[in-house]
Amino acid sequence: MNDTAFQFHFDDQQISAEPGQTVAAALIAGGHLWWRRTRVHDRPRGLFCGIGVCFDCLVTINDRPNRRACLVEAQPGDQVSTQLGAGRAHLAN
Amino acid sequence: MVIVGAGVVGAACAYYCAAAGLRVTVIERGAIGGGTTAACEGNILLSDKEAGPELELALLSSRKWAELAEELGGSSLEYESKGGVVVAASPETAEGLAKLTVEQRNAGIDAIDVPGPDMFDLEPNLAPGVASGAFYPQDSQVQPMLATAQLLRRAVQRGATVLTNTEVVGFVRARDGALNGVRTTSSSMPTVHAKWVVNAAGTWSGQLADLAAAAVPILPRKGFILVTEPLPRVIRHKVYTAEYVANVASSDEGLQTSVVVEGTRAGTVLIGASRERVGFDRSVSLPVLRTLAAQAIAVFPFLSEVALLRSYLGFRPYCPDHLPVIGPDPRAQGLIHACGHEGAGIGLSTGTGALVAQSIVGDALDLDLTPFRPDRFEETKAS
Repeated sequence: MNDTAFQFHFDDQQISAEPGQTVAAALIAGGHLWWRRTRVHDRPRGLFCGIGVCFDCLVTINDRPNRRACLVEAQPGDQVSTQLGAGRAHLAN
Repeated sequence: MVIVGAGVVGAACAYYCAAAGLRVTVIERGAIGGGTTAACEGNILLSDKEAGPELELALLSSRKWAELAEELGGSSLEYESKGGVVVAASPETAEGLAKLTVEQRNAGIDAIDVPGPDMFDLEPNLAPGVASGAFYPQDSQVQPMLATAQLLRRAVQRGATVLTNTEVVGFVRARDGALNGVRTTSSSMPTVHAKWVVNAAGTWSGQLADLAAAAVPILPRKGFILVTEPLPRVIRHKVYTAEYVANVASSDEGLQTSVVVEGTRAGTVLIGASRERVGFDRSVSLPVLRTLAAQAIAVFPFLSEVALLRSYLGFRPYCPDHLPVIGPDPRAQGLIHACGHEGAGIGLSTGTGALVAQSIVGDALDLDLTPFRPDRFEETKAS
């Protein structure tokens, strides 16, 4: 592994990433195949198109939901969390 | 009979005419619901109407939509009678809104005045400091493309034919001059004979009417709508500002925006609606989108944290007097208009379809068509 590798948080785990690696790539390399559950049927979702088109790989990064994991480059110390539904449960009232 | 146009108005005409036992052929230049129907919000509104013939048509149509939801199944249309909420931000607007709701109640609309603090029970995410508001339980919504397809499907089950990607290029006339059908671009059906031709060509109805030498002054009014990322149920009703009603009735040519915000079943929030008279110009105007977004955030501050996925635009068919054109044209025997519904086409389509069917069959009309008569513009010109 490259010596500039760094770590970010995924829920309660540490994930290793290299500079320039996307969140999706790092999560898959770390053995994770999904990081979101769908709004209607609560099904797991991870990488599908991998090029920013399909919006399937949405994930919450640093409290911002609906980030495309396939496009966002991982940063040291990022807090990535599994997105449940629309990822904005706090707005519903 | 032939119906030109398979938008929501043509589909509603097909539905009611087929139900009345007429042999219906719908001819559509593009795809089903591919014009203004595909570029709107699916509103069925009473709250933005003032007393008058358009309100009468809206009340009739609102009842018809409720009947359709019963017959076809509410979920098959994504019919939601969610109710409308109008927000008056300032005391001055509140005063105007209070006057409007009195008139609306007198005209038969269920309009409930809501004091400022109670507005948050209706919409908890509203910006603080709302002066007052009004609640309209009759306002509802459908998914417009879905509703159009369902209406046509039902018509087809009753024997109607739908030709898509087929343009009407002229009329066929009988010896006495009456319209006797249409000529089309279809090689298999170059002429379709019919005793009645319904002009439901939406924003392009003026062009069709010209082919029959029975002009109707219908012009495009451009409107943008913004689409957010999907959200949980954060906006419960159709919410708009009191300025919207004034803009709906306005004849100003310049850009106007008065925000309308509502959730959809899919979770996206729709933010409309700008109004510009710039012909059929499809270019995207970033300043217009920014203005709409800023106005939506002023009503619902949490939207500043929410991403927009896309925007879309449509051309609303408007007449100089903001009334639709409905009914037989005395200048062209056999031609019936069903067009010019401006930004209210989804809402007004069902009543329009029923009235067209009644006109053809000779049944008693649910409404007097005099205010909507197609030759009214010539009278104004002459006087």
